[in-house]
Amino acid sequence: MTPIIATDAAAHCADWRLQIEPLNEYEETAIAAEITHYPQPQAATIEALKIVQQQQGWVSDGKIKAIAQRLHMSPDEVDSVATFYNKIYRQPVGTTVISLCDSVSCWIMGYQGLAQALTQELNIALGETTADGAVTILPTPCLGACDHAPVAMVGDQRAHKLTPSSLIELARLAQEQPL
Amino acid sequence: MNHGQSSNQAVTLPLSQHIKADGSVTSLAEYQANYGYQGLAKALSMSPVEVVDWVKSANLRGRGGAGFSAGLKWSFVPPLEKLPGQRYVICNADEMEPGTFKDRWLMEHDPHQLIEGLAIAAYAVQANTAFIFLRADYDLCAERLQNAIDEALAAGILGEQINEAGFSLTMLLHTSAGRYICGEETALINSLEGQRANPRFKPPFPQVSGLFGRPTVVNNAETLCNLPHIMYHGKDWFADLGLGDDNGTKIYGVSGRVNNPGCWELPIGTTVADIIALAGGMQDGVQLRGFLPGGGSTDFLTRDHLDLAMDYGTIQAAGSRMGTGTMILLDDQTCVVGMVLNLIQFFAQESCGWCTPCRNGLPFIRQILTDLEAGRGEHADLEQLLQLCGYIGIGNTFCALAPGAAEPLQSALKYFRDDFVAHIKQGCCPHGNSPVVNMDLEKEARSI
Repeated sequence: MTPIIATDAAAHCADWRLQIEPLNEYEETAIAAEITHYPQPQAATIEALKIVQQQQGWVSDGKIKAIAQRLHMSPDEVDSVATFYNKIYRQPVGTTVISLCDSVSCWIMGYQGLAQALTQELNIALGETTADGAVTILPTPCLGACDHAPVAMVGDQRAHKLTPSSLIELARLAQEQPL
Repeated sequence: MNHGQSSNQAVTLPLSQHIKADGSVTSLAEYQANYGYQGLAKALSMSPVEVVDWVKSANLRGRGGAGFSAGLKWSFVPPLEKLPGQRYVICNADEMEPGTFKDRWLMEHDPHQLIEGLAIAAYAVQANTAFIFLRADYDLCAERLQNAIDEALAAGILGEQINEAGFSLTMLLHTSAGRYICGEETALINSLEGQRANPRFKPPFPQVSGLFGRPTVVNNAETLCNLPHIMYHGKDWFADLGLGDDNGTKIYGVSGRVNNPGCWELPIGTTVADIIALAGGMQDGVQLRGFLPGGGSTDFLTRDHLDLAMDYGTIQAAGSRMGTGTMILLDDQTCVVGMVLNLIQFFAQESCGWCTPCRNGLPFIRQILTDLEAGRGEHADLEQLLQLCGYIGIGNTFCALAPGAAEPLQSALKYFRDDFVAHIKQGCCPHGNSPVVNMDLEKEARSI
């Protein structure tokens, strides 16, 4: 059996003794605006996490503490939400995240070849970031673009009907971008 | 294009009538030129109860997969006199069923249609706040929906006092952070409250106690897109659109090794063969072997079922479900064991972990299938897989995720058992597949 739970626990060893990283002015304002949409501030947790991630690329323990304080929750409560969702990163990621769809239609249309070509080209495994911090590869569940399979998100752009060579081309472009 | 009071015969494919070939979005002016927002105006001139009855009599069935009558779902919301105060409607646009992309197509091209439908639903149940729960990766949808909401608000279509009776409606776009289980309506409600998206126990049903403990209706995006047209044209027109027992049209989709994958609006009840023909047939050199009719959590059907009508009753009678109506084709070059392993991997990963059969059963199945695909399987594994399908089946789990995951597996074992046996006998995958991507590693990759 695959020790899934153990893996998860090891990946997220949040240390709440670390210092709080206060929300910056933009984060404060954006989170305050989201809170007004709901009858209780806790409902803005996911938006708050996304706002912070938009600013620094991922969500650090210190920012989890800051969100918790702002939304009147414990850091563990906020972390339990943060770790539940695929698109909240609790570790630093590269400047460009390549989310490679590994679900059924893309798998039929050549996902395995794409994954192999990309990991070889960048010399990293799935889930890893290149040494220069430019690119992270994440396998991702169905992107809802099965009519264009196989697909990937390169940053916030959806790339269609990929071949190993077209994907490698996109990865090279991402690597050339300033960090 | 029709203008103003079009004749009922003129519109046969209402949901896609504004969709342009160049992929650009329909503006408010373009939408309104063709009876846009007149369905809402008509609803707002009626009493909420009349709107519920109007939609109930049209027998609009939920397009998210379950096929439950939308009007009936609304009618379970207690009347405002009995239970005063806040209530909510939510558009379920968390389209994450593997192989499904129809709601994205509708929202990207014609966001006002969804907004009008959601506003009609909100009025019917007297909800002053409506949410669109959009999946995380639909960036283009998010941009276009938010623009359309702003346009409608500026035009006075949404906002304060939008009819004579003083009905007000706030519409908010919520983009998810990505998790398949959010498509389950009670999990979606938890997610919207900022929590982990575990499903809730029912009863109480959301119509009585949903978002923030208030009466809540959750409808699929395509379902809502039907409402403007049903309000405007009426139930008889809607009934005439369907070919069989079901009413209206359906957005059907095809993905896999076809020449022209895509989605199309067609009369509900169009045959499987006709839909695959629209997708340009199979690519050169590959033969169709089977198909999942409506997304990753529906049972396989085979070439023997090509003449079946794609409607709720017919597909169910054949032992599967129409689900989302977007089919995934299995061809003779694709390993069925590998395909089922891929699906089970998806469901195992996306399980919220709340109940044991799903949390433990799916990884167990994944392990057996990994061994089978790698040529390390035994005959006894096939019986064990069937047994496990029962253990994670309907009635044994908290929600429908695991029973849905069992569907492609149990039907693959029924129709393509020889493929499984060939893996055992040959000690390898006859298609030359090996599960090259290490599952543990993938899991770790995801836990970022």
